[in-house]
Amino acid sequence: MTREKIINTALLLGLLAVPAWAWAVDEPFTITLATRVAILALAGVGLNIALGLGGLVSLGHAAFFGIGGYAMGILASHAQSYTPLMETPFLIEGTKSMPVIWLTALFAAALAALVIGALSLRTSGVYFIMITLAFGQMLYFFSISWPAYGGEDGLSIYVRNGFPGLNTLDPIQFFAICFALLAGALWFNARLARAPFGLALNAARQSPARVETIGLSPFRLRLAAFVISGAITGLAGALFADLNRFVSPTMFSWQMSGEIMVFIILGGVGRLYGPVAGAALFITLEHLLGGLSEFWLIWLGLLLLLVVLFARGGVIGLLAGRQVAHD
Amino acid sequence: MTDPVLATHGLTKSFGAVRASEDVSLDLRPGEIHAVIGPNGAGKSTLIAQICGGLTPDAGRIEFLGRDVTAQPTRARARMGLARTFQISALAMEDTVLQNATLGALGARGGALGLLRPALSQRDLHDTAMTALERVGLADHAATITAELSHGQRRQLEVAVALTLRPRAFVMDEPMAGMGTEGSRRMTGFLDGLRDEAPILLVEHDMDAVFALADRLSVLVYGRIIATGTVEEIRANRDVRTAYLGDEA
Repeated sequence: MTREKIINTALLLGLLAVPAWAWAVDEPFTITLATRVAILALAGVGLNIALGLGGLVSLGHAAFFGIGGYAMGILASHAQSYTPLMETPFLIEGTKSMPVIWLTALFAAALAALVIGALSLRTSGVYFIMITLAFGQMLYFFSISWPAYGGEDGLSIYVRNGFPGLNTLDPIQFFAICFALLAGALWFNARLARAPFGLALNAARQSPARVETIGLSPFRLRLAAFVISGAITGLAGALFADLNRFVSPTMFSWQMSGEIMVFIILGGVGRLYGPVAGAALFITLEHLLGGLSEFWLIWLGLLLLLVVLFARGGVIGLLAGRQVAHD
Repeated sequence: MTDPVLATHGLTKSFGAVRASEDVSLDLRPGEIHAVIGPNGAGKSTLIAQICGGLTPDAGRIEFLGRDVTAQPTRARARMGLARTFQISALAMEDTVLQNATLGALGARGGALGLLRPALSQRDLHDTAMTALERVGLADHAATITAELSHGQRRQLEVAVALTLRPRAFVMDEPMAGMGTEGSRRMTGFLDGLRDEAPILLVEHDMDAVFALADRLSVLVYGRIIATGTVEEIRANRDVRTAYLGDEA
């Protein structure tokens, strides 16, 4: 086992142990914090596929996070008001079923990523950052000005959506769901990175000319990565909305995009467990420092600066040393 | 005479007032090594970029395997079997040598890229990649990170990646650059045998290698081909001597 694997395992076990302890001593708030970490880490895993593997610095991933959130909000709000989503040409009703909501969120976010990616990936560098940011902001202002689903005030969902066989209102059970999805996404990400697709995508980041001369299209590789990436972040958005039982335009805001990127930079760009380490650190700091001062983000900024200057591989890089190539 | 594998007809390319290629016509026949030589700035790299697809010529056309590929993108030409090695190595530097070679095998296999099965544990990819590495003498370095290779070894890897494509023609941009005498000699020996698999369009500065390998030579000066012929013909050509070979010849 490499050092990085040991650290990864420890991270995952830690993320399990903290809520387990909190459950034993009856501290539901700590369980909720851990659930937040799992969900935000999942959003980060999504972005990390585009950013770490594909080298695509997207500052618009809040778009997918928000789409996932609104997929949940819209479906659940119709279900709780017993009004169908639409009646013509065919009837679509709202739902309170998590699996259905997840699939909707995945699909809607993937579709949005396909459109946004197809346009944005024609640019690169700073232009790519700006155009993804612009798409995110477009959706943000759209959600603000769409009164049917709460506009600026957002949508409240009174009861958390259901999962067959589980009581999702029990914090530890909802945590288990989020943790399982995070673990699944991490497994998928690990496989993807080693698969032919990951190999080619990774090469397209380092040397697009090479990928082209072996007969593959860097554009298509990146677009596929962007779609997968957006879909996973969309799923995280649906879970995040379910955690808060509330969805609002802030999920679409550029600050959200930045936050997801901060998790990755803190944890380690391109490191499989970077988003987990980053999200855990972020939430811990928010909890500890946020209690001391409203201006805790200053300290986060300072930390981010130190990581970027002195620890390019993030927390994982600092602990595990330089990246070891896949076998 | 057999049909050429690769041919250019009247290629012309300008950058502003600079004519980088002017009416360049040359062909690559089965089983031969055709070397393109010329002083720095003669337009060799521009010519290669047009042949392989990075640059679109202003005029003229390129035929590969009897098809007009002038409008085809790089990757379509690669899929048809045109393998290129780069002057400045274009390898995935953070990846291992084996991963780079596997990437070539992946391109050659075609079809959809898998999402879940690890590439390096797929027998066909692994075997193609290892065979190519063995042939260029890099098998011992399979697990080395590419950035840690010497310049000469990177050249060898460039050639190995080209081999994994099982190409119909090679276009090699200075495959000996950065190699020591010994490495250069070994590469010369290797390319000598390679011409029977697929013909090679060779751009090279190492004149010993060029004269040892080339069946035919084309001399490019200021974007124009001033002479094409066998090594003896070129050596005897007065224009070439004044324009390029100078005192050397």
